Amino acid sequence: MHKDILICGVGGQGTVLASKIIAAAAMVEGNTVHSAETIGMAQRGGPVTSHVRIGDDAYSPLIPHGKADIILGFEPAEVVRNIDYLAKDGLAVVNTSAVAPVVESLLETGYDGTDMIDYLKANVRCIFVDGNAACEKLGSVKFLNIYLLGVAAGSGKLGIDRETILAEIESRVPEKYKEANRKAFLEGFETGSTKGVIS
Amino acid sequence: MKEYVMGNGAIALGALAAGVNIACGYPGTPSSEIIETLAKYPHEGLHLEWSVNEKAALEVAAAASYAGARALVTMKQVGLNVASDPLMSLAYVGVEGGLVVVSADDPGPISSQTEQDTRRFADFARIPVFDPSSPEEAYQMIQDAFAYSEKYKTPVLFRPTTRVCHGYASIEATDTFTPKKYEGFTKDAGRFVIFPKLSYKNHGMIEERNIRIGEDFSSYTYNTAEGATSEKAVLASGISYMYAKEFLKDHSEVRLLKVATAYPFPESFVRRELAGVKELLCLEELSPYLEEQVLKLAGKDGLSVKVLGKLTGHVPAMGENSADLVRRILEDYLGIAGTSSEREKTPTPPMRPPVLCAGCPHRASFYAVKKAMEKERTYYCGDIGCYTLGNAMPLDMVDTCLCMGAGVTMAQGFSHIDPEGKAFAFIGDSTFFASGLTGVVNAVTNEADITICILDNRTTAMTGHQPHPGTGRNMMGHQFDPVSIPKILEGIGIKKVVTVNPLDLSQAISTVRECAALPGVKAIIFKSPCIAIEKSGRTCSVSEKCINCKKCIRETGCPALTTKNGQVTIDASLCTGCTLCAQVCPVGAIGGAQDA
Ligand code: SF4
Ligand code: SF4
Ligand code: SF4
Repeated sequence: MHKDILICGVGGQGTVLASKIIAAAAMVEGNTVHSAETIGMAQRGGPVTSHVRIGDDAYSPLIPHGKADIILGFEPAEVVRNIDYLAKDGLAVVNTSAVAPVVESLLETGYDGTDMIDYLKANVRCIFVDGNAACEKLGSVKFLNIYLLGVAAGSGKLGIDRETILAEIESRVPEKYKEANRKAFLEGFETGSTKGVIS
Repeated sequence: MKEYVMGNGAIALGALAAGVNIACGYPGTPSSEIIETLAKYPHEGLHLEWSVNEKAALEVAAAASYAGARALVTMKQVGLNVASDPLMSLAYVGVEGGLVVVSADDPGPISSQTEQDTRRFADFARIPVFDPSSPEEAYQMIQDAFAYSEKYKTPVLFRPTTRVCHGYASIEATDTFTPKKYEGFTKDAGRFVIFPKLSYKNHGMIEERNIRIGEDFSSYTYNTAEGATSEKAVLASGISYMYAKEFLKDHSEVRLLKVATAYPFPESFVRRELAGVKELLCLEELSPYLEEQVLKLAGKDGLSVKVLGKLTGHVPAMGENSADLVRRILEDYLGIAGTSSEREKTPTPPMRPPVLCAGCPHRASFYAVKKAMEKERTYYCGDIGCYTLGNAMPLDMVDTCLCMGAGVTMAQGFSHIDPEGKAFAFIGDSTFFASGLTGVVNAVTNEADITICILDNRTTAMTGHQPHPGTGRNMMGHQFDPVSIPKILEGIGIKKVVTVNPLDLSQAISTVRECAALPGVKAIIFKSPCIAIEKSGRTCSVSEKCINCKKCIRETGCPALTTKNGQVTIDASLCTGCTLCAQVCPVGAIGGAQDA
């Protein structure tokens, strides 16, 4: 198998855990995996990306432009920031909840994500989900990363078995949050496998 | 055991496999995780330390190596500048047990002051250097580095770059740790006491020996050639080799060479490979080191080969290479039609510049000095750490930042040149121990008129919260009496040393005013922990008293303060209840810290 998966969002959204789970699950299924994360300053709120490369013939630690099979985007502007990585026929899973820059109150850019979503709608094969709303229903936005991981898995584009991913999630979350995370993942999975792709 | 680790983890596991006896380092991105990984795996019998700075780390390691032990020293590339004094001399003296200095380079630079190239440093010091291109290679190569160090009795440099340090891969590592058995130190003043005569003698020996190492490296496993022989060939190193390999996997008609040991240059290997080559493209980051070596070789041998790279403008002089940059350069070089995948008319995503965390005590310290000195002519000399971000608006409190510890001494320069101005040095606790101390002695000795602000947040925050002399905990897991900053300052002879909580704004402001008005050297210790090491569990909130003047936002720039439908509010998920904004608000609209 060869898969290039890019996960992006802003610091504090839990992208790193999502990429660790994907990498671990792919390894359990017998694949060679390489990954790389942006490790920036201690501050939250900056752009973060993880590149997960599955397969024996991935040499560069970062996915080359135009090669990502899937972008798992936690935030619309971050998907756009990384869009050149996506293959022409690649899929973007986009969480539509925008995160304003932490300096928004000073700069007043008026950013609310609509320009980004409009662009993506018109130009990229996407599955749009309001992950934050879905997670609030589940009890907490803390499950956002697991929910979005579920959507990506449900789209069939990760190429990793649902149960393998679930096992990796459960081995990483504290006992008392296991059930909630399982629910978040499965609900995401359901959405990912039924929701239409907008292209 | 199979471990999925980042390159720095692979280096640590490789060092354990090599039976390392002592490992010392100073934190610095992208090298910090090496020492941290060593602490996580079984390492009974290994002495592990965060040294006070890179010079100390190398000196501690050198003595251990004289006694036959295997010693690992880790730092980032600018740390090598600090360690260069012992390194240059150690190169002449040589070692007994294997001694490997990992100096992680940072093309970009992503989180450094310079784009210096450790390979050049190796050449300058006349010692071998290893340049891994992946975590897998780093695991094996660090073991080779120890072996070569012992074989040739020389310190060896090992330089991964950010992408190797922070890239993850599966490593098949040995799971038991057996430290090397060493003989112990044999006194030999003729060998271990550096004198001009010894240096003269050893200089000659080193130059002769390096020719032999170059020969040895010519058959080294990781100096490789692949693809069919071709008139147009490519020479690459480090991560650039991986980028080239990624592109050339569909072009096996092109010869791809890799040189993993830049110095001593494996001349015979490259000479052999250059036979029949008319053009050679050099792909490397930072400096055109290999390119220059090939040019030298071509000159010596009278070869007619065109050498392209940074010196000819085919590769950018600065910045990081990337898979795409290398693809474009190679398409151009090989005359292959472009495969650009850049999309058009993408909207510009908002900038997300790094800022001090919500509730960061540095924000309050800077704000207090700013308020206290509103009417003065000031010089704000910053330093290396999270607090460099105090330069951003609206604080705008960093006028200079040069290198570790420079703030303390630069403030002195301003005070001598402009005795009427108010010169301040801002330095974090870890940086103070690493390289601020001597500057304070200099200030007292030479009668500077400065106020030293020590931002004591009880950690080394920027590089991932490592302990330091003031925290009272070391890498052996032992507790010790924390080194006291006020006692040091008083011991040096500073008459005015005040400790203040920066989150008590009015107290902090009056302390700054009082100190700045006194002549001579004064020190204020702003003491409050980094929010990442001590969770407050509190938040503040904006009440209906708010007149929406936005002073809180304008003055503090705290990222937890936002506007919702035009009305100022506090994002409870970010706020730590530090109360700085509450103390700034003119109408007392912000409620004191409530338990979240
Ligand atoms: S109390 Fe005010 S300044 Fe402090 S973290 Fe909360 S919002 Fe920011
Ligand atoms: S990590 Fe700590 S020191 Fe650094 S900006 Fe955040 S609160 Fe401040
Ligand atoms: S400073 Fe006080 S009154 Fe002004 S916007 Fe902030 S909370 Fe409201």
